[in-house]
Amino acid sequence: MDPTTQTRDWGECHGERRVALVQISPVLGDPARNLALHLDRIEAARQQNADLIVFPELSLSGYFVRDMVPDIALDPAGPEVAELIQAAGPAALVAGLVEESPRHRFYNAAFYAEGGRVVHVHRKVYLPTYGLFDESRYFAAGERIEAFDTARFGRVGILICEDFWHLSAAAIMQAEEVDLLMCGANSPARGVDGPKIQTAETYERLSRAFAQLLGAMVVLVNRVGFEDGLCFWGGSLVVGPDGRLCAHAAMFDEAITIAAFDPAELRRQRLVAPLARDEQLLLTIEELNRIKRQLYE
Amino acid sequence: MSDSTVQVDLTINAELVTDILCRFIHNEIHRAGFQRAVVGLSGGIDSSVVTFLAAKAFRPENVLGVTMPYKTSSEATRRDAQQVIDRLGVPTVDVPITKQIDAYFKQFPDASQMRLANKCARERMTVLYDQSAAFEALVAGTSNKSERLLGYGTQDGDMASAVNPIGDLYKTQLYQLAGYLGVPEQIREKTPSGDLWVGQTDEGELGFTYAEVDRLLVLMVDRRWRRAELIGGGFDAQFVDRVAALVRRNHYKRRMPVIAKLSHRTVDRDFRYARDWGT
Repeated sequence: MDPTTQTRDWGECHGERRVALVQISPVLGDPARNLALHLDRIEAARQQNADLIVFPELSLSGYFVRDMVPDIALDPAGPEVAELIQAAGPAALVAGLVEESPRHRFYNAAFYAEGGRVVHVHRKVYLPTYGLFDESRYFAAGERIEAFDTARFGRVGILICEDFWHLSAAAIMQAEEVDLLMCGANSPARGVDGPKIQTAETYERLSRAFAQLLGAMVVLVNRVGFEDGLCFWGGSLVVGPDGRLCAHAAMFDEAITIAAFDPAELRRQRLVAPLARDEQLLLTIEELNRIKRQLYE
Repeated sequence: MSDSTVQVDLTINAELVTDILCRFIHNEIHRAGFQRAVVGLSGGIDSSVVTFLAAKAFRPENVLGVTMPYKTSSEATRRDAQQVIDRLGVPTVDVPITKQIDAYFKQFPDASQMRLANKCARERMTVLYDQSAAFEALVAGTSNKSERLLGYGTQDGDMASAVNPIGDLYKTQLYQLAGYLGVPEQIREKTPSGDLWVGQTDEGELGFTYAEVDRLLVLMVDRRWRRAELIGGGFDAQFVDRVAALVRRNHYKRRMPVIAKLSHRTVDRDFRYARDWGT
């Protein structure tokens, strides 16, 4: 842990936190216009006293970027992100971008910034390359799933879209003992035979399950709008550590949804069900090592 | 033809689908720089549903319904198209295509019925695209998933459009959607026909009903059932093979022309951009 960071346990911070879930429809492959869109929404979120402003996956680029990737990549340490961080002022900020590494690998990434600097960058690990998806063709896979400490939100983990569908990613975040798990998504609607879009239903189910199993807040922000006939359904949400829905943004429409929650809920829920405490981490590692030996040695 | 025992439910949430499709029409047309749609009105279920959706997405005055009768077109076709026009109050233009079609076939008097049908479909396509320029609109397509999979349509004819809201809905599902949208009952209850020649019906020509083939297609295409599983589910082997062959044989109709590759980046092979690039 960085000793210069003023890390506090979230449970000791009194007072509610206000999270802004920002559902936008980015312009496909136009970072300049998307930057302007972000600045506009950051300003609006700040007017609603947001402490944390969360944009969806690839919010600065759009989703079906394909061969545009090398032309629209940004540097999390570059001037565009710096402008956003400055605009956010005292609020923490999460946004998605195509990141180009110094070795010219391209990642589907999201950054978390507070106190005027980028604190963490998560590179999407699970790149869906099946069905309508072909992310592995364009992106390198991230190599780490790790949490980080923040000044006002305790220990935080970020996942991106498909990462959230992998039990192991959630298990790692549980072992990290996150207080807040965030997922930025670009989820296209599929399955229209039930009362809700099937993909939306699954995301809600996963969010509620992970929140309860981790004893953490879960924030899911999904984009809206269309790209080549795909309908991104929005429906961003916040789930409390008891698995209950705290906020649910509109389906399909651009929106800034403010969710206020009390960090004291984390403590209460962990008293009710100390699941993360009771995890047998060493046992899990041992069993995974056994499987590893069987598979690879 | 098919006495399958397996239960297949094609029910859709019509309210949700309508919401998505109206947003789709509005969004995809708007981002191309237009606020209006043109639909070729045949009086059938497909074009009626698309016109209802477009009128909902853009308001009726922004949807141009184009009727394009040929001399053999039935009176019922004209009457049903008029019902949609009257119900929605959309502006309309009637462009008979008899003169140009007959002028062309004067040179080829022995042309088959199929050639005539395809020529009519392509003539209607050029009329729609021209009318879309005049109306400052995009052409909304009316070809459904059943037809597209079976190849039951004319390439660059009725299968052509700028945006297609119903291309991922089976014919069976369109009936459900039509009911929800309030498409006149007469249109919902008549036998599907391309009105390609006198007395022609889709199901007569195909040799099976949409109700039968949609149940098979949803298992074969969407749920990836294998041949043996389909037959085990009660579908007749010949029916399964015939439909699978139609899907395979007509795949070319659903694709862009094949391009001979020479360079390192060939359009649509390794020059890959979304159509909505930059919007």
